[in-house]
Amino acid sequence: MTATTTIPATGRAKEKADDAPILSGAQMILRALTELGVEVVFGYPGGAVLPIYDEIFKQDKIKHILVRHEQAAAHAAEGYARTTGKPGVVLVTSGPGATNAVTGLTDALLDSIPIICLTGQVARHLIGNDAFQEADTVGITRPCTKHNYLVKDTERLPDIIHEAFYVGTNGRPGPVVIDLPKDVQIEKAPYRRSGQRGEHRTYRPQLDGDELALREAAAALARAERPIVYSGGGIINAGPEASELLAEFTRLIGAPITNTLMGLGAYPASDKQFLGMLGMHGTWEANHAMHDCDVMLAVGARFDDRVTGRVDAFSPGSTKIQVDIDLSSINKNVPVDIPIIADAGRALKRLIEIWHEEGYAKSQPDLAPWWAQIEHWRTKKCLSYKDSDEVILPQKSLERLAHFTKGKDAIFSTEVGQHQMWAAQFLGFDKPNRWLTSGGLGTMGYGLPAAIGAQIAYPDRLVIDVSGEASFQMNMQELGTIAQYELPVKIFIMNNEYMGMVRQWQDLSYDGRRSHSYSESLPDFVKLAEAYGIKGIVVEDPAKLDEAILEMINHDGPVLMDCRVAKIENCFPMVPAGAAHNEMLLAGDVIGKPKDDDALAVV
Amino acid sequence: MKEIGTIARHTISVIVDNEAGVLARVTGLFSGRGYNIESLTVAEVDHTGTRSRITVVTSGTRMVIEQIKAQLDRLVPVHKVADLTIDGTFVSRDMALVKVSGSGERRVEALRIADTFRARTVDASVNSFIFELTGSTEKIDAFVELMADLGLVEVARTGAVALSRGPSGL
Ligand SMILES: Cc1ncc(C[n+]2csc(CCOP(=O)(O)OP(=O)(O)O)c2C)c(N)n1
Ligand SMILES: [Mg+2]
Repeated sequence: MTATTTIPATGRAKEKADDAPILSGAQMILRALTELGVEVVFGYPGGAVLPIYDEIFKQDKIKHILVRHEQAAAHAAEGYARTTGKPGVVLVTSGPGATNAVTGLTDALLDSIPIICLTGQVARHLIGNDAFQEADTVGITRPCTKHNYLVKDTERLPDIIHEAFYVGTNGRPGPVVIDLPKDVQIEKAPYRRSGQRGEHRTYRPQLDGDELALREAAAALARAERPIVYSGGGIINAGPEASELLAEFTRLIGAPITNTLMGLGAYPASDKQFLGMLGMHGTWEANHAMHDCDVMLAVGARFDDRVTGRVDAFSPGSTKIQVDIDLSSINKNVPVDIPIIADAGRALKRLIEIWHEEGYAKSQPDLAPWWAQIEHWRTKKCLSYKDSDEVILPQKSLERLAHFTKGKDAIFSTEVGQHQMWAAQFLGFDKPNRWLTSGGLGTMGYGLPAAIGAQIAYPDRLVIDVSGEASFQMNMQELGTIAQYELPVKIFIMNNEYMGMVRQWQDLSYDGRRSHSYSESLPDFVKLAEAYGIKGIVVEDPAKLDEAILEMINHDGPVLMDCRVAKIENCFPMVPAGAAHNEMLLAGDVIGKPKDDDALAVV
Repeated sequence: MKEIGTIARHTISVIVDNEAGVLARVTGLFSGRGYNIESLTVAEVDHTGTRSRITVVTSGTRMVIEQIKAQLDRLVPVHKVADLTIDGTFVSRDMALVKVSGSGERRVEALRIADTFRARTVDASVNSFIFELTGSTEKIDAFVELMADLGLVEVARTGAVALSRGPSGL
């Protein structure tokens, strides 16, 4: 025994002589997170993370928010990240804790949201043995993270955590998983970092665009008779300054601008150059202008299929300029003429400079005919709907919500479905970081936890989850989190008693066979709220809508509002499956079935 | 993206950090995004044991190949991606072990062909041989095809490894 307990005089023993503190893995994690400025962790405990939870208990620098399901922890971290611009942090246990977080990780990957997810793992010697609550977390999350780590060496922890934050937030942001075996959390080692900067050894995203390409882009825009700016979520990721530069450049060149679902708020919706959202449920003017433009500047937008419609008919005659931090976003769906790999803000700054240097303002063609055409498209009033005295129209409920929240700098989240598209069409955002929605993955159940994350970041702001009665039920257990932390989140359920978006597609493409899209056996939402000690409101009469909305907004605390809206209202405009942008449908159009099976398949 | 345009074969070199899971990231990317792998080889290539080189032969339209390279490049442990097929001329070699059994005239014929292809005999028994052959993929394909009529039992191949010609490297 004595022989084995004697520590040999190896290099490691000598290293201990320096002043690196000896910490357990769990202590290292807390220390590294503190160094990185983390203020909040969204999590849920379990056997494999008990050492970390014990350290959380012993400190008060980092606040832990206990959710009710790990998926919600990930979405809450996304909401936190999207509103603050800082990475959101998640902590879950091994096995089911990690697998429950997978939807949130995938959501963050598709929408490029920086979140860092710490997962517990069984002890190193048990890995691969089908141990209790063991899952191959790095294997499962490899395709749904930007990067992931399995920590096998306790001494590497400080570096790995710093590197994970670097990778998650630099370049195109995304989710990063750090899988932490329980014995690594317990083992003690010196807390030492190999470098101070916390970068990755080799991962270095390109931030400045190629000068020649930028000049070519500015020149093309200066010659354009029908220019358009199309910006997406990337501009939000590039920070609020990038949105300001986007507005500055757009005003400078006098072009119309449209935003993707993820990009709303980057350009003020109230500005006259703004055409609204584009894409499947985008405005008539935005989609037509995209189709007919001669030069398109895409910034932080990835030509997603919901945006382009039929790819071969997408903006056929235009010269396309694309600014993106991620090379793989270029030429993926649509061939681009002038690609610029860069940070959106830096590229816009340089474009503005070039515009001035070259005096392009003087040589620009007259854009009046283009604007006249746009004004003509605007006269369609594509978002108009037929109001009623008998029933609350969903569009109306959002118009009133927008009206009463004006000037309050509210943050809105949504779930997925018709209500999401109407919210995008009607709320109108003038600033970035105020709009939280699941764009890429389209995750029902995203909105409520995302609102929680936003409310944690901004306790005094008005945070509203625009919800559908079906989506709400996907993460409604989070009412418990709202109650526990007394978060004044407002949940505005646009209750149409249908999975409205599914019902709409079934009516349009499947001869109205509403297979399993009726929201059967709904709970009494007011009673449900009250069961959690939360205020519940129900409104059905259009005459009482305003009063109900005001009651919700003015209540000092969380509110669950059951807003009963028209049941069979469809969301328009709509680019039908397999159609081109200029084949958009408006409310009242006679709607035919998709032309062929190919069109049905692309939905 | 629907496949439009002609499909071409490309040999791509990828320098990666030699860390756990890196090969799974690369192969997972190909399967997850529906890209084709014709062959893939990997081994550590620097004496410090920090870098590996993956040679992958794939095929696709110009746009798909561009995507493959861009997607590879954004994997965090990937350092460098080079498309040898478009960057210039390159040398590509595959190695095969080919087991052939037979006797009499067929055995003699197999040996004669092996000689013409400059294959080495690395194992022999009274009624079998294992030939070792290096060369281009096409050369090995041709050899294996000829052996098919002469008692081919089984083949093991490495897949292509490749370097660009000339003085510079990745
Ligand atoms: C997790 C998940 N499952 C299924 C879907 C498919 N889906 C898209 S919209 C929708 C209906 C949503 O209904 P509801 O929340 O009531 O919103 P509405 O469309 O009625 O406004 C469904 C089922 C999805 N997007 N997410
Ligand atoms: Mg509904």
